[in-house]
Amino acid sequence: MGVSVQIRGLKGSVSPLFTHLFSVQIFRDCSGNTHAEKTYSFIDLGTLTIWCHCLILQTPIPRVVGEIGRRIQTTGEKTYFRMTTNISKDLLMLMLERMWRIRHFELKLTEMYNAGEVGGVHLYIGQEAVAVGACAALKDSDYIAGNHRSHGHPIAKGANLKKAMAEIFGRIDGYCKGKGGSMHLADFSVGILGESGIVASSVPVATGAALASKLEGKDFVSAVFFGDGASNQGACHESMNLASVWDLPVLFICENNQYAVTTSYKDTVAVEHISDRAQAYNMPGILVDGQDAIAMYEATAQAVERARNGEGPTLIEALTYRFEDHSLGLEKIRKSEYREESEIDEWRLRDPLDLLTKSIVDSGTATPAECDAVSANAHAEVEEAAEFARNSPFPDESELYKDMFASDMPVV
Amino acid sequence: MTEKMFMQALGMGIAEEMRIDPKVFLMGEDVRASVYGAASGLHDEFGDERILNTPLSENGFFGAAVGAAAVGMRPIVETLTSFMWVGMDQLVSQAAKMRYMFGGQATLPVVYRAVMYYGGGSAAHHSDRSYPVFMNIGGLKIVTPGTPADAKGLMKTAIRDNDPVIMFEDGTLLGTRGEVPDDPDFTVPFGVANILREGTDVTVVAIAGSVPRALAAAEEMAKEGVSVEVIDPRTLVPLDKETILNSVGKTGRLVVADPAAKVCSAASEIMSIVGEEAFWDLQAPMQKVASKQVHIPFSPSLEKLVYPTSDGIIESIKKTLG
Repeated sequence: MGVSVQIRGLKGSVSPLFTHLFSVQIFRDCSGNTHAEKTYSFIDLGTLTIWCHCLILQTPIPRVVGEIGRRIQTTGEKTYFRMTTNISKDLLMLMLERMWRIRHFELKLTEMYNAGEVGGVHLYIGQEAVAVGACAALKDSDYIAGNHRSHGHPIAKGANLKKAMAEIFGRIDGYCKGKGGSMHLADFSVGILGESGIVASSVPVATGAALASKLEGKDFVSAVFFGDGASNQGACHESMNLASVWDLPVLFICENNQYAVTTSYKDTVAVEHISDRAQAYNMPGILVDGQDAIAMYEATAQAVERARNGEGPTLIEALTYRFEDHSLGLEKIRKSEYREESEIDEWRLRDPLDLLTKSIVDSGTATPAECDAVSANAHAEVEEAAEFARNSPFPDESELYKDMFASDMPVV
Repeated sequence: MTEKMFMQALGMGIAEEMRIDPKVFLMGEDVRASVYGAASGLHDEFGDERILNTPLSENGFFGAAVGAAAVGMRPIVETLTSFMWVGMDQLVSQAAKMRYMFGGQATLPVVYRAVMYYGGGSAAHHSDRSYPVFMNIGGLKIVTPGTPADAKGLMKTAIRDNDPVIMFEDGTLLGTRGEVPDDPDFTVPFGVANILREGTDVTVVAIAGSVPRALAAAEEMAKEGVSVEVIDPRTLVPLDKETILNSVGKTGRLVVADPAAKVCSAASEIMSIVGEEAFWDLQAPMQKVASKQVHIPFSPSLEKLVYPTSDGIIESIKKTLG
């Protein structure tokens, strides 16, 4: 049954790119109000709650969590993403706090890079809602694994800013005693299995953590964050197939920031949406607005629920955007023709921090002043972390051979 | 003690450890049917839960083993050396490097069992002896049992070890027989070489499938009055260099027999260590008996020319004697 759903009360401009990506039609009525319309085929009219949620929060731009998952089964049954969870004020404010921590952390890194204090790193700015929304749906006992653009994931999972910053400074008080650096933050004590500099390389690892959960009859899940570029790696496809065959409690969270360094996913991905690939692995594929932390939370919470119930993996594609260059130090890439400044500007209008703040304020959950205080606190924490990192010593020579093996045996 | 085939000894080691530790499980391609032999009977005893047939996805399941190990399981992965190339990213970027890269946070008790088939007309894609490649990477323990007893004892140690281990199971040895201790507490430590035959004139260090060939060569040389000491290092990482250096100190002559290809072989590393640390003990140039630096040809007339043989070891021993 085709159902046309309208969202009323849109304010401000809506990016043509956005409407194109989500196949949302925007039109104005005779009173000049903006409407968005999209048609879905529903088997579950409960899906309408998505849109009710949008209306309640008076979201300025429709939170498109639609286009939603398809589970191809022999019966042809489809399941859809639904928006049913009530999010507490505490959780919303926690998400805001963690997003601000990531944002300030990376703005500070940019400042320190410009001052020559740290080397080039890959910034997550613009994508914060993905990690934070997803991790808000996880427990401390759940595991995550990240990628090369991965300051955001550990911070979203609850990592210590001081230890993260010290690691990027290459200091002994860093998470990895200075042996990993920006691309290898890890904190096993809160389920952060580590980031990977090799694109897609952490996908099988997260799958294996989920295998352990299943073999031991535990209820923890694992989630892996990877990019649109990684989605073309064999490791990704092999892991999704393996996880589906064995019904493993793993969430494959593809952060489609649309460019692998300079190459658009539209030039490298053979399907319209990366989430469409879930069909090939007989798991739900969900396309989520990755700028929207609440949508990310909702999508992830449902995937977690499936995973904990033994129903297997889910592929979540979070459509998002990298506001900055591929990495600090590669500013010249921006001047090439791989993306237009106007496109960057359009996406900046959908800054995930602005969207979450607006949702919180518009719904009466918190005041603008409360939200500002969250940002200010995060800023102060980051300043403190930077000072801590600066004052931490470099690892001395005695660390060089340590940690190659579990035992301190001579290897040569 | 019971006489067992090398292949059975490997399986005994696995089964004993699986009985002791419920966190140990085995996965790989066709392991339930035990196509390669060593896993025979394991599926009957331990069932689907602990013996997992995988898809043909080496990168996927090599990495899944890393992830399972990282959160407390003790996976054993069965594969062939030749298929390890397919999963190299997970072996190198994750299994080998995670612990160091994360400052010691990751403990990865995973065993990769790499069966080395060669010498049977399988041609270049199925005849790899690749352990030197992994010695070079670091972070991986490299085990090359040369006798059935060591096959069992080293397997058990590998499973109990808290680091990633690659067990290179030499296909030319799988059918060999020897006395194997039945004691479930029997293990063979890593980093302790085995002096298989004591001698005073020449030291022969023999790796994996070279072990019986070296012993045959020593027997032959004894008939000529030459006393050959045969040492099996058993593990290449860690390497028991003391035993080798002590032996060279006694004999003054060294031959290393290694089924791997000659360039940057395990033999190369052993000779380099002896050159650096015991040069003045040497009475003659060291000799390397490794595989020819070619891909493995299919035709038996060519393949038989490639690998170290007893005759080749004898020839090298004689060279050291002048």
